[in-house]
Formats: sequence, C-alpha cells, structure tokens
Amino acid sequence: MSAIKVEHISKSYNNVLAVNDINFTVEDGELFGLIGPDGAGKSTLFRILTTLLIADKGKATVAGYDVVEAYKKIRKKIGYMPGRFSLYQDLSVEENLSFFATIFGTTIEENYDLVKDIYVQIEPFKKRLAGQLSGGMKQKLALCCALIHKPEVLFLDEPTTGVDAVSRIEFWDMLQSLKKKNIAILVSTPYMDEASLCDRIALIQRGKILRIDKPQKMINDFEKPLYAIKTHETYSTLQHLKQQNFTESILPFGEYLHLVTKQKLNVEILKSHLQQNGFTITEVKKIKATIEDIFLDISKNEKSLTK
Amino acid sequence: MLKVFWAFIKKEVYHIIRDKRTLLILFGMPLAQILIFGYAVTNEFKDAEIDILDHARNETSTELIQHLQSSGNFAINEILTSEKNMESGMKAGNSKLVIVIPRDFSNDFYAENSVKLQLIADGSDPNNATTLVQYINEMVRSFKSEKNVSISNPFQIGIETRMIYNPQLISSYNFVPGTIALILLIICAMLTSLTIAKEKELGTMEILLVSPLPPLLIILGKVTPYALLSFINALIVLIIGYFVFDVPIVGSVGLLLLMCFLYVVTALSLGTLISTVSETQQSAMMKSLMGLMLPSMILSGFIFPLASMPMVLQYIGKIVPATYFIEILKAIMLRGAGLNVILFQVGILILMTVVLLVLALKNFKIRLE
Repeated sequence: MSAIKVEHISKSYNNVLAVNDINFTVEDGELFGLIGPDGAGKSTLFRILTTLLIADKGKATVAGYDVVEAYKKIRKKIGYMPGRFSLYQDLSVEENLSFFATIFGTTIEENYDLVKDIYVQIEPFKKRLAGQLSGGMKQKLALCCALIHKPEVLFLDEPTTGVDAVSRIEFWDMLQSLKKKNIAILVSTPYMDEASLCDRIALIQRGKILRIDKPQKMINDFEKPLYAIKTHETYSTLQHLKQQNFTESILPFGEYLHLVTKQKLNVEILKSHLQQNGFTITEVKKIKATIEDIFLDISKNEKSLTK
Repeated sequence: MLKVFWAFIKKEVYHIIRDKRTLLILFGMPLAQILIFGYAVTNEFKDAEIDILDHARNETSTELIQHLQSSGNFAINEILTSEKNMESGMKAGNSKLVIVIPRDFSNDFYAENSVKLQLIADGSDPNNATTLVQYINEMVRSFKSEKNVSISNPFQIGIETRMIYNPQLISSYNFVPGTIALILLIICAMLTSLTIAKEKELGTMEILLVSPLPPLLIILGKVTPYALLSFINALIVLIIGYFVFDVPIVGSVGLLLLMCFLYVVTALSLGTLISTVSETQQSAMMKSLMGLMLPSMILSGFIFPLASMPMVLQYIGKIVPATYFIEILKAIMLRGAGLNVILFQVGILILMTVVLLVLALKNFKIRLE
C-alpha cells in the first residue's frame, strides 16, 4: 500500500489554477521531495493531502484513506509541519511538545525514542519560550511536535526555509534517520540543492508537475552539453552569449554562468571565442547538471510549449 | 478526552497569564469601568456651582439662599449685582445655573401671591440642566413647606412623587447591573473571539485541525477559562457594587449567580460565532466592538432609555442580550424578584444561546475554507 497516492488532483483559487492535474505516489518509508519555486502550488497540495482543503477535481489517499471522506482517520495518522512556524510562541519548548503529545493522546515519554535524536538538541532550551528560539531550533521543535504521536506519514512544508546552512544539513540528516523508521515523508523545498537528498523528487511549477524521478537519474539523463564559465564581467558576457547561435540557454549561477549549448563545444575554443570578444574569462569547464539546471531547462521548454 | 481538555485549559491559562494585553483587558477593564461609571459618569451631583442675582436682598431671600446651600448639592459661585453679568459665569464655565430672585419676593411669598423665581440654566448640557432645575424646584418646595406657606389656590393639582426601589435615584443602582452586563459581554465574547482568531492568524489552528481533536473540544477548551474568569469578574463587580457603591442585593444571590452563568454562556456562544467569521484578531476585535459593545452600551437601556428611541433602534435593542440581562439583574438585585417574574427574559436568553451555539458549531470550519 502506498503511503500517499495522488490522482488527477486540481485546485483553483478565484479562477487561478494553483494545482493542475497532479499525479504521484509515495511509498512507505520513502522520502519524497516536491521541488519548486514559491507559488508553485506546493503548500496547496500539502493542505489538500492533510485534509485542510478539498480539491476541485481528482482523488487522493493518505495511509490508505480518502482525504475527503475519511479525513478523521487521516488526522490520527499524519504529522504535519506547515510552511509557517505554527507553534505557540508564548509557550516554552517543553510545554509545546507536551501539549501536542496530549492532543494526540500520547505522552512525551511514550514516544521519546522517536524524537530523541532531535529533542536532545533543543532540550537545553526546554524552558525557553518557542518564540525566542532561533530559526533552526524552531524547525527542530516543530518537527518534534509533528513526530511526537508516531505518525505513519509526515508532511513537511518547506521545513528549511529561513534556516541557516548548518541547521539545514542537520535537519536533512534527521529526515534520513526517520526514513529508517519506515515513516513516509513528503517534503517540499525551494532549495534545489536539497533535492539530491530525497529518494525521489517531483519538479513542480505553476501547479504542474514537470517530472518525477530519482534525483541521480534526472542528472544522468540530462544529455545536453553544459559549461560553467567564470568571469568578472558576468552581465556583458551573459548578454553576448545569449546572442550566439550555439547557445540554447545561459543563466547566472552564483559566481558562474551556466551555458547549455545545442551541440558539444570544445572548452578551449569556447574560452578563446569569448576572449577574442574582449571578455576576461578566468575559467571555462564542462560540468554535470545540477537539479537546478534541469529544473530551469525543463521549465523553459514548458514555457515555450505553452506559448 | 478529559486529559486533552485539561491540557487545553492549561495551555490557554499560559496564554492568558503571559499576555499583558489580555490580562489588562481581563482585570483592568472591569475595575476601570466600574470606577468610571461609579465616580465620573453620574447624574447625581455635589456642589454644583450656581450664580444668584438677588433683587430682593432681604431676610427671606437670604434664607432661601442658605436653604439651597444647606443641601450640599449647590455651591454659590457668585452673588451677582446686575443682569448684565448673568451670562458671564456660564460663559466662563464657572456656573451652571443662575437664580433670579424678584424684588418683591418676600412680600409676595408671605402674602401667598404666586411667586416667580427665574431659573436660567446652561442648556448646552441638557441632561445636567434638567436635573439641576428639578433639584432647585424640589428645594424651593421644601423651603415653602418649612416656612409653612400653604398653597392657597384650591384648583391646583399637587403631585407628590415617590421613587420606589431607588428612592434617592442613586445612579449606581443602574450602572452596577449595566457594568456587569457589559463586562461579561466584553470579556466572554471579545476575548474568546480574539483568542480563536489568534490561533487562525498564527497558523496554530492549522495544526489543531490536523489533529484528532473534535471541533467541540477545541471550542470548549478555548472558552472555558474565559468563562471562569468572567464569572470571577462578575463577582468582583457585584462585591464592589455592594460594598463601595451600596447597591443592595434584595433577591436571592443563588438565582443572581445562576443568571450570570446563563449570560456568560450566551456571551461565549456569541464570541465563538464571531470568531468563526473572522480570520484575524483585528477583524474579530472590530466585529466585537462594533457589533457587541456599542449596542450593549447604547441600545440595552443601560445608559439611554430604550422607549425614547426610534422604532428601528428599539427593535435592534430587543435582540441585544444585554437588554434582557440588565432587566433580570435589576429585578433580582433591586426588586428582589424571583424566577417567576423574569421567566420571559430568561427564556429569551436561553433561546438566543441555543441559536447562537448552533450557528457557531455549524459555522466552525473543520477545514481551512
């Protein structure tokens, strides 16, 4: 039995399609990532699956129960961490956790082993009010609260947004260990670099799923030649490359420019071509695609198709 | 279930004691209100400043002036010497009223001719002016009877008024019940609607909904602490009313408390209903203030009598719960009435509560939309 099964789910707000005919399944013990920018429809999908919203079209089951008809059963089986920090800011860490344990009919002691790894990190601050915790701490506490009743399926809506880099890595480590306890996890993130930490990912944009696959497979399947160019004159180089015939797409990526070409090019030739045009180029190299490259490539094709 | 309920109440108590604003509304507002209504907003007055223009200047007129002062209600601001200065005291805001005593006051008075005193009152404050004139009339009447001057005209109709249940027309007899009605409404309805809207605003409602808690338990858990606190507040106001403002409780205290409890439930259902239609604390606050506090103050007969209002407002007044509760309170506290007398009002309050509760439960969303 699949932990989550989504079939043709659509939902619109005031005639704007927020979620458009979405299909996917998440197996037990799988860490499934929804990767997409803000406004892609991730949170709407989460709310449909956590029984908070009703879809206009389609069918979905969570832990084997229909999200509309059997919503009461689902609410006993899932843990949900909304995108916004949604714990009681004026309650201490301990009070929050014990409140959420109680309303799910359990106690901190009963399921302590499940949250132990996470809780030990915030335990020194257990008397502190939740509102005074740092971003990373807040997310750890929220995860504890969502886990305290031993859910079968865990929904984490952008758990690492607004969290520092170190805490983000720690957070993903925790998800990996939860997976081993056979909890299915649906996690969404706007950070493409987190995608490779999932078992499978769905790239989502404007309410539509662009592709679902294992992240490594997506990377391996990307066959277009991709080059990284390092230069000080990022903007003018970008403008220049945009007009070249061999360019399929060119986008800035941190201190590099990522260039996708229509056919393979020699790195040295590319470098000298640019230098002849008067750009100071420090580095040109052929690289493997990241999820972000793939996302941008697919979403670009999608755009030209819809036009 | 009971454990969950208890955890909920504990959480709510933490919210209340850690939020200064809630605490202030809870305990500051009742105190402030009763003190304001008790000392500042009152129709009684002491030492009202008056001017006197005494044309007679004889023994009788002096006696009359002394008599006026003896009551403690009036204080002489100035003895005027000419008609020209009559308005100056009022313009300066120093006096509220001018009494003009005619030249042949004394002769007419003892000759039992009709005596004409002229009263000029500051009509910019109509309530005050009317009351002052009434007081002076009363004082002049008692002055006449003191001097044993009988009214000779046999065709006059003498009216003797007697106010029962509140013979001295003490305003606290009116404002203590009114304040209880207002405070209970504000605390129960406004604070519950605020606290539920707060959960929505901060997103915690989302988590509560995605939990096995039934809606009724969420509502009950949220309102119970406020019900208890507002009941305590009602007691405080009653006690202050009894000991500080000498408002009697003639009827049964048990019945009085029972009625307070009924009204608390009415107000709570109203607050819950408001919270189901407001997404933010601000909107809940506005709805409570505009929809509850103003009508309860103005249209319940607490401050202005309902009977003198336009029909539309009278009908609105009839659907304000406070209207009935104030009637019940006055009946029990001042007239010592039993349940049989207030059955109608009690029935209406119960009916209102049931309707409001059903609406609130029906309106409570088990999802986000």
